[in-house]
Amino acid sequence: MSKNKKQASREGLTIQFIPYSEISGLNSTERIKKLLQIILKNKVIVIQGRLRAEEETRLIEDTMVMVGTVKGFKGIELAVISPNPNEMGFMTKVKHGIASALVGDTESLTIIGPAAIIKDMKRDPSKLEVMMNRN
Amino acid sequence: MVIRIIRNFFSRIFSEMFKSKKNISLGFYGPPNAGKTSLANRICKDWTGEEIGTVSRVPHETRKVQFREKVDIKYKDNQLSFKLVDTPGIATKIDYEDFLKFKLKKKEAQSRAKEATQGIIDAIKWLDDVNAVVVVLDSTENPYSQVNITIIGNLVARKIPVLIVANKVDAKKSDIKKIEAAFPEYDVVGISAKYGTNMEEFYESLFKLAKKARK
Repeated sequence: MSKNKKQASREGLTIQFIPYSEISGLNSTERIKKLLQIILKNKVIVIQGRLRAEEETRLIEDTMVMVGTVKGFKGIELAVISPNPNEMGFMTKVKHGIASALVGDTESLTIIGPAAIIKDMKRDPSKLEVMMNRN
Repeated sequence: MVIRIIRNFFSRIFSEMFKSKKNISLGFYGPPNAGKTSLANRICKDWTGEEIGTVSRVPHETRKVQFREKVDIKYKDNQLSFKLVDTPGIATKIDYEDFLKFKLKKKEAQSRAKEATQGIIDAIKWLDDVNAVVVVLDSTENPYSQVNITIIGNLVARKIPVLIVANKVDAKKSDIKKIEAAFPEYDVVGISAKYGTNMEEFYESLFKLAKKARK
């Protein structure tokens, strides 16, 4: 296991943290492949940063292919939380813009998990609730 | 052989040029059961007298991309021609057991789930072939779902103009303001596709959208 990964396991639930540096060097296909491989192991992933818009749709597409081919796989739950730009001052916005351009979007958090484990994710602008399946 | 290839190349380029000017390929996107087919049906009935597809309270009723070529819509003194592309609802999970709650038999539910997964893949592929998109959201549901954000983010990345429709305004739990707050950069029109409420404002916004698509 990579030193950068931190895994927490409790009552069968495993959460795998992926720092931005671990996926920043991968191309879209490699990123999605990596994420789906982890999800297929029934782990919940928390990524520092977020996928690009086209990667998110590609993730949905590839997930659907797997729902049709991997027995018992029902799909994923996905949510992204990001700082609200409307609540930032001008200078903070500029700083965030420069940081994103230089090192990518590391301010957001992306949570992805198998639908068999995560029942639902409810998001409103300021919070994210993750509901787990009991069984 | 070479002449034929050159001729085909130019004919394809010219046909694409004229298609983009005369006929706007209008996609209907959104999560399942938001009312995409109901709205496409309403438009088709208003202007052609025929419907595009069936609707149901069971999610994923539309599992194949449905079209209606050349729907001529008039608004005030203007007329535009649209190709309507009604797509299956986009979701990140499909569980056949969810369909059993609607009293479908197991085999029927499994087959529906299989078709629904393919429908989602097709809907995403069709993003390459639309000039403008109406994102249909159920105004009684939380708009902050990642599917909605992903669809809209993808359209922005592809520079496809977007109109957001807050459907089911006839329902008690309808909350258009929540949709407007979630997507402040976009035009949001509240309608009831089922009852035809506020369609005049929808057509006005549709023509504005078409103008952006024709630029």
